[in-house]
Amino acid sequence: MNLISGYLASDIRMATPILFAGLGLLIINRSGLLNIGAEGTMLVSTLLAVVGSYYSGSVWVGLLCAVISGALMGLLFAFFTVTVKANQIVIGAALNILGSGLSATLNRIIFGVSTTVTRFDAFTNIKIPLLSDIPLIGGALFNQMIPVYAAFLLVPAISYYLFRTQAGLNLRSVGENPRVADTLGVNVYRLQYMSAIIGSALIAAGGAYLSTGLVSSFSEEMVAGRGYIALAAVVFGKYKPGGVMLASLIFVAGNVLSNILQVSGTPIPYTLLTMIPYVLTVVALAAFAKGAVAPASLGRPYKRG
Amino acid sequence: MRRAKGVYGMRQVACIFKKLKKNTLLHGVISFAAVFVSLLLGMVLIRFMGIDPLAALAALYEGSFSSMKSLLETTVKMTPLLFTGMSYAIAYRCGLTNLGMEGQLYIGAVVGTAVGIYVTGLPGGIHVPLAILGGFIGGGLFGFIAGALKVWFGASEIITTVMLNTIAMNFAEFMVNGPMIEPSRSNSQTSPVLESAQIGKLFEGTRAHWGFIIALCFIVLFWLFLWRSKKGYEVRVSGLNRQAAAYSGINIEENILLVMFLAGGLAGLAGCIEILAVQIRMVPSISPGYGFDGIAVALIGNNTPIGIVLGALLFGAFRAGGNRMQMRTQTPISIVNVIQAFVIIAVISSNILLEKLDEKRLKNQKQEG
Repeated sequence: MNLISGYLASDIRMATPILFAGLGLLIINRSGLLNIGAEGTMLVSTLLAVVGSYYSGSVWVGLLCAVISGALMGLLFAFFTVTVKANQIVIGAALNILGSGLSATLNRIIFGVSTTVTRFDAFTNIKIPLLSDIPLIGGALFNQMIPVYAAFLLVPAISYYLFRTQAGLNLRSVGENPRVADTLGVNVYRLQYMSAIIGSALIAAGGAYLSTGLVSSFSEEMVAGRGYIALAAVVFGKYKPGGVMLASLIFVAGNVLSNILQVSGTPIPYTLLTMIPYVLTVVALAAFAKGAVAPASLGRPYKRG
Repeated sequence: MRRAKGVYGMRQVACIFKKLKKNTLLHGVISFAAVFVSLLLGMVLIRFMGIDPLAALAALYEGSFSSMKSLLETTVKMTPLLFTGMSYAIAYRCGLTNLGMEGQLYIGAVVGTAVGIYVTGLPGGIHVPLAILGGFIGGGLFGFIAGALKVWFGASEIITTVMLNTIAMNFAEFMVNGPMIEPSRSNSQTSPVLESAQIGKLFEGTRAHWGFIIALCFIVLFWLFLWRSKKGYEVRVSGLNRQAAAYSGINIEENILLVMFLAGGLAGLAGCIEILAVQIRMVPSISPGYGFDGIAVALIGNNTPIGIVLGALLFGAFRAGGNRMQMRTQTPISIVNVIQAFVIIAVISSNILLEKLDEKRLKNQKQEG
């Protein structure tokens, strides 16, 4: 009993950064932009969350710093891909390199080379009364940190926005066919800017939760590929918020399982289990590619006139 | 009539040649300016850290170019970059985006190491080429997976190569910790490759090795293939205009498979040669991001052979000099990544501005005519 509850709890906890990043990428992708730079965006935000929390004494200021850094990365991405119309893949790759370099450099300037800062305000679990008393799943679902609740509440919210509102329809139409959207009076560029900025801010929130919630310290390269897994989660989740959520939970489940197995002394090596989500994604990509679920104009710059 | 046509043809060719030459020159100037601006931005950042940027720059220069020893160290760092740069460029020339160089590099390293350790009883003259071939084929097959997924299933190579990177790095870590771990040791490392499989040093007492010369030979092969062979011509046409290529009877799918194999193989060589010449044994982290650096190298070099050499020289120097800079001035070496990102963004945006200028000029000409 306890094992299942514990397993579920850590699956949800560890899926949250990927869920945040996946939802952010989903919004960006739906506007027709292909941003592979989530890893770099998250790296910068993990550091800035710690910096903000360390100097202000409040984890919320840390979160704010992280989200602002994400928004700026999104603005940078939008400027070069929407306005300058540079290759989105290359700019995304540049953001990853930038994020890796910037987070490591700033860390060494602010905190020094060999010290790991651990004493700062971090998120703590909030137990929801009554609901957390539900046997078996209550403790796992309703005794988590606020960002975890936020991430999972965002799933229906974004789903509603994308598929039930005019604004969401506009966003999707820009991703499918910007020319038609433009003719119908949708401001394509503005929408793409907005989605890049808001989406990147969400990605950064995932990074902030990673360094001030899931673990409370910063180390270089601590994002450890989660930005890429999020990219995969969006494809695996067929560009729908619910799908992204499921994909994040499934991807992380392998990791959690491998942690548990490792503790219990399994012969299956950790590295092989870590591969599972990536192999799943490649298989899923191959299986679903012909179904063409991706927004039709994903990755193509739009030029007016 | 015939003669007139001939003259016309000649003039046209000369015109294209002139334009090409002008563009190459312009591209060179712009790349140089972009690098300069990026370096300047990096210096500003270093100034913000409270470090003297000129001292940092001096240390960077000292560690990369100032003496024979540092120059040779730069060639060591250049070698993998030449291969990953070519890997990105050859895929780009075919209209593909290979982001999987890092993973292909690791697979190439694993296979090269395996051949270097487990194939015994060969003289150096055979063992080294065999290990290199192994690395090429290993990386090539890994690149081929992405090509096959694209051709047979329609999966975008951009995402699959990124996923395959992590798969390859985990696989390498698994091999180093498991099947290939050095017997009677518990460190995550393999035994050293046999002496017969090690690539020799260029000069005794330095780290410079023959792998650098091999890389330069591959630059020539890269040029011969793309610009002097029929297949290479087909590849470039497929990259420029896929529809036109299909109409003229070029088998695009076959070209994609071939190019992804070659791209993977080139990146595989980066890892394989790094093992056989520098590291000697395989460890889980053999590359500080040489695969991703390949993007920047190819971009600065405009995906041309000479350009790739220059791009690799620049980033090789950064990597070699960065260590000295960190020791001497406490400037974190990670600043190199920041500068590199600036370079990528600066080069790609200035190229686009250039294209826009060209378009405008063309439009004006049309209006006049």
